Amino acid sequence: MSINTVACTVKPAVTLQLGDAKADTSRPGVYVIDVTLPIGQTVNIQDISFKNYYTAYLTVRLLRRSDEGAARWATCLTNHCLMPSPHTEEGAQDYCSIYRHQMLIKPDNVASVRLILRQPSSSWLSFSIEDIKIHPCLNKEPEIDIPGWLSDLTHVDQRPDIQGIPDPQMVSSSIQQMWALTEVMQTNQSTASIGRFDVDGCYDIDLLSFT
Amino acid sequence: MMDEETELSLTTAQIVQRLKGTNLHSQIERQAKECLHRPEIKLESLKEDVRNFLKDSGWERKLQNAVYRELHVQPPPGHPTAPPEHTKEPLAYMRKAQASWEKRILKSLNSMCTELGVPLARKRPAVEQKELTSKWNEMGTDEPDLSSFRPVYAPKDFLEVLISLRNPNHDSSEEASAKSHWGLIRVPLCVRDIAQMKEAYSELSLTSGQLGIDDLTHVPPDLFESEHVRIGKKVVIGQESAAAQQYSRQGCPTGLRADLWACILNSTNEPEDIMYYEQLKAGVIHHDLLVDKLIYKDVKLTASNDDYYFVFEDYLYQVLLCFSRDTAVLDHFTYNSATPPKSYIQGRVGVEEFAVVYPPNGVIPFHGFSMYVAPLCFLYNEPSKLYQVFREMYVRYFFRLHSISSSASGIVSLCLQFERLLQSQMPQLFYHLREIGAQPLRIAFKWMVRAFSGYLSTDQLLLLWDRILGYDSLEILAVLAAAVFAFRAENLMEVSSLATAEAVLADLSTLKVMPLIQIFLFATVI
Repeated sequence: MSINTVACTVKPAVTLQLGDAKADTSRPGVYVIDVTLPIGQTVNIQDISFKNYYTAYLTVRLLRRSDEGAARWATCLTNHCLMPSPHTEEGAQDYCSIYRHQMLIKPDNVASVRLILRQPSSSWLSFSIEDIKIHPCLNKEPEIDIPGWLSDLTHVDQRPDIQGIPDPQMVSSSIQQMWALTEVMQTNQSTASIGRFDVDGCYDIDLLSFT
Repeated sequence: MMDEETELSLTTAQIVQRLKGTNLHSQIERQAKECLHRPEIKLESLKEDVRNFLKDSGWERKLQNAVYRELHVQPPPGHPTAPPEHTKEPLAYMRKAQASWEKRILKSLNSMCTELGVPLARKRPAVEQKELTSKWNEMGTDEPDLSSFRPVYAPKDFLEVLISLRNPNHDSSEEASAKSHWGLIRVPLCVRDIAQMKEAYSELSLTSGQLGIDDLTHVPPDLFESEHVRIGKKVVIGQESAAAQQYSRQGCPTGLRADLWACILNSTNEPEDIMYYEQLKAGVIHHDLLVDKLIYKDVKLTASNDDYYFVFEDYLYQVLLCFSRDTAVLDHFTYNSATPPKSYIQGRVGVEEFAVVYPPNGVIPFHGFSMYVAPLCFLYNEPSKLYQVFREMYVRYFFRLHSISSSASGIVSLCLQFERLLQSQMPQLFYHLREIGAQPLRIAFKWMVRAFSGYLSTDQLLLLWDRILGYDSLEILAVLAAAVFAFRAENLMEVSSLATAEAVLADLSTLKVMPLIQIFLFATVI
């Protein structure tokens, strides 16, 4: 799971509404949220995660920059279902992620993300998505340069004076054994509880706490 | 919404983690080590041979059952960024409602303590401990004065809370709500309609045999019954939870029910389970809780007055008192919308090292709680086994009947489903009852909160609970409640007040549940 998130700006949602927005009393069924990266930056997206709030379907469009610098919009997800039955609560407040492999196009060199939210049901007073986060593809582990002095050490041929010092082979094998033991202990940590409810034998309670 | 592979590996990791500390894990490990001395285990095919040994000696099946239990009880791993409270209950307004309901209960408990001047918990003096130990098997003979204690709440109070439940984001303007729904529950949860129920409960259809139905189907009933018993015996010998669960959908024969239920619930009653039960008993003997008085009073008010259950009074005390001391029950709060009450010992308020859960299992009993245990007394006479089965039933099903959640088996969904089913199948009846001020849910709620325990005759109740276990869902309770109304529709159309409607539905002890459910789901012309 990617831990890093891309620094980006989530713009306020824009409604898509026919007619006069103020005079019209019906609620909008489509919202558009733009998420933009700082100017000049692009990202290769691994996933987009968010918390749903009564959005039924989600469409995602990406502004991708080609190598020449020209930017083009493309749809990478069409009407992805977040609420299987839009009139009822199921999925209404769930946490979701859209992963790279679910997208129709490769989400690379993305400069801006446009989220188009739809809610066909008129049951809900409002809908949106919250906590939008874009996680970048993690580059392959950069090769860690081994410092020169370390490689020097391994090349030392002449044996220093080791009188009175135990055999390094022995030491290393016994240390390895100890290390293995601690590993075993760690992995064997169980979740089983011992079933005590008192604290040091005491369970005298007068009132319950509210917080 | 994760991809399948990630989800599968997360689930696997979660189950492995949970099973690691169990007795089963160490037992299997020991068996695997010991089998190395056997001649059939070869070094060159070590892994395969050990695996085969565990399979043949039945340990694999035990592991399968344990995994099956985890898959059924634990919620599937949620989204990695979702906080724990989201696993308890995904809808924020439901969590809020549950929290404020809990606060009310705590206040009521606290004020009872202050009024009566009794502590919530104290250590019993040695003399008292001795006395309790000696009369452990006859606690019912004690008649302490409990007139000043009152149940913390009754189902009626809880119903009022559910009726007032609203989604703040839901458009509840007059026209929108009045046009579609006549019932009391106003939250837009997704519940199954008749067509969906028919599909989900296909084993209950008119053409398949059922225990609990005596009339003629195309298969003669005694032929079906003897065949069903024969298969049942095989299932008991096989000891596979999944098979037993599937079998239970058509009903368990009386003689096999205890074993089948224990198998479904993976309650094995090993020596260490008996020891654990003794440990809980010691907890009861050492500490005196206010909750004990509530349990005592509840048993006296409900089961002791019941024609079927009064004989089990002593069993009920034992099981319920041990239950209240069982910290293993706390595990279920990861997927229950409720949160256990907290307190601090020695007045060290706010210091985490002195924080304790009260009661130790985190569950405050309400009026009628003991009825969840009572029917099980017919099946198990060994207290530790009875206890194990009850605890498993509670952490799988019964907790859902008194916490506010959006789960399909939760009480809110059951209420809504009951109202929807009745309104769609019996609109005239629903309209009539509503007009005379007898909202059907006001009558049916108490049945559902207790899973019909204490309302049906015991044989019928056990046939009903067979299906709860078989389908791993409480939805059938809503169906039965609606079916009872449908069955009494003619009489109910004549009544003119809530009281007379209640009178018509006062006695359910003569009803046969399976025919009612079957007719309601499969034989009603829409």
